[in-house]
Amino acid sequence: MPNAIETRALVKSFGKTRALDGIDLTVREGTVYGLLGPNGAGKTTTIRVLATLLKPDSGQATVAGLDVVREPDAVRRKVGLTGQYASVDEDLTGIENLVLVGRLLGLSWKDARRRAAELLEAFGLSSAADRQVRTYSGGMRRRIDIGASLVTVPDILFLDEPTTGLDPRGRNQVWELVRRIAEEGTTVLLTTQYLDEADRLANRLAVIDHGRVIAEGTSAELKASVGANAMHVRVADASQADAANAAIGRVLGNGMMPGSDAQVISARLTNTAQASEVLAALTAARVDVAEFSVGTPTLDEVFLALTGKPSEEEAVERAR
Amino acid sequence: MTTESIDAVGDVHSVLAVGPTPAAPSAFSTVLTIAWRTMLKIKHVPFQLFDVVVTPIMFTLLFTYIFGGALAGTPREYIQYLLPGILVQTIVFITVYTGVGLNTDIQKGLYDRFRSLPMWQPSPLLGALLGDVFRYSLAGAIIILVGFIIGFRPAGGFMGLVWSMLLILVFSFALSWLWIIVGMLMKTPETVMTVSFVFLMPLTFASDIFVRLETMPGWLQAVVGRNPVTLLARATRGLIHGNVVMWDIWWVLISSAVITAIAVPIAMRLYYRER
Repeated sequence: MPNAIETRALVKSFGKTRALDGIDLTVREGTVYGLLGPNGAGKTTTIRVLATLLKPDSGQATVAGLDVVREPDAVRRKVGLTGQYASVDEDLTGIENLVLVGRLLGLSWKDARRRAAELLEAFGLSSAADRQVRTYSGGMRRRIDIGASLVTVPDILFLDEPTTGLDPRGRNQVWELVRRIAEEGTTVLLTTQYLDEADRLANRLAVIDHGRVIAEGTSAELKASVGANAMHVRVADASQADAANAAIGRVLGNGMMPGSDAQVISARLTNTAQASEVLAALTAARVDVAEFSVGTPTLDEVFLALTGKPSEEEAVERAR
Repeated sequence: MTTESIDAVGDVHSVLAVGPTPAAPSAFSTVLTIAWRTMLKIKHVPFQLFDVVVTPIMFTLLFTYIFGGALAGTPREYIQYLLPGILVQTIVFITVYTGVGLNTDIQKGLYDRFRSLPMWQPSPLLGALLGDVFRYSLAGAIIILVGFIIGFRPAGGFMGLVWSMLLILVFSFALSWLWIIVGMLMKTPETVMTVSFVFLMPLTFASDIFVRLETMPGWLQAVVGRNPVTLLARATRGLIHGNVVMWDIWWVLISSAVITAIAVPIAMRLYYRER
């Protein structure tokens, strides 16, 4: 099966900032591929280059086998883009927005109207078709936005942070939609700062930081690279964190994972028997344990292990 | 909050299974489609249009009834002189909204969508301008209507009004390109508005819209007399009252051509520039 997207050593600078510093990506046809990284990592720039909105300084990128620099018009015929901000006209109604895009794509008035109605129906927006988009909720707005990218069915759909700013319900709706779009064979390239989103949606992921791909693989592969079993201990009282750290350190020797929450100690286990040894050591040290769990590491921990700093999401949490 | 739709996500399968495959649209058709969008905006947000005609209407009423007698003998005499100028001022002011609207679209990400579609790339720009020309005409019609109500009687008849509107539209179309440049350079719609009016205020007030050139001091006459807005106001009055001097029209056309020739290449370069 050919690749839907391929980039080789993609570089793009803005002034002195190197937004892309040699991005290599291979996205198989019909898959959902996630670009994961903090703000400013280069995710949006990557998508803008692939959607022909930006020209790379060097390197190569092909989308649906077409070179984005030499054949931008042909690329535009194959792709759909939903930007980070809702790229629809808030003053227009839902149906008007979709008819507008349909007309711009070359549909007749009649076909554009029929297609708009079909999409609204499928996206659960029929009852809001004649309302101005400014009255829509965040989730509805994102759905109409994605709908606008599907007026003609693209081979490749770019979604730039499709759920940023949505409430849990809105996120679920968008996730459901993305899954169904992918089931129909459209390749989806999405960017996200949410690790659980990448985990749930994407077949494969690239972790991007400072314009470089620092890890690539399935979510399971990425987790495995950090360690098979991760143990989390939450102490009931922050003042006991040092004592707990010391006790765990004595049992495991090394394998401690840097954490962003002082009350939570995370460590890598080489076998499950170590878990009971740790519990025994903690009891001996009279540490009051509020939570104890053993499982595969979360993508947060993967990110931390790869970049040496917490992900954006956690950094924000901590700043609060 | 009752805005959330209760509809569930429906049958995505069937809409994606058979998407339409249209032939590439003509540049003409995409430009018209974008202009259609502007008309929809006028329909949905009519307030914006009234917003820009309210101030000129107030000016007209104030000047006509308070200063009219002193400036031209009677208010009725004065409105004949003032109204063509107010028409020019109103439409010249509205041209700023072209830049403001463009900037809003860029900031909101709408231009990213337009630019990622396989259409003739300048369509969004030209379509928006075309739609705005419609907006200018509508505002002009409102001003003329109000004028009629308070005693404005154009001696040049209906065709005089039509020709004068066309001349104003030509000039405004040229001027809009300047605000397109401003719209693409500034970060927010508010700055576009402020920056544009910094140029526009002296341009419209240092003109002969409100008082005759002859009543100004000599040095000021030299400046005001060369202001393109003065030239446009003079030609408009001439056309509306049927006593136009051909050279006044030529001057407006020449200044429009000069503005267009300078502004369009810059605007297009900025449009294709990366953001």
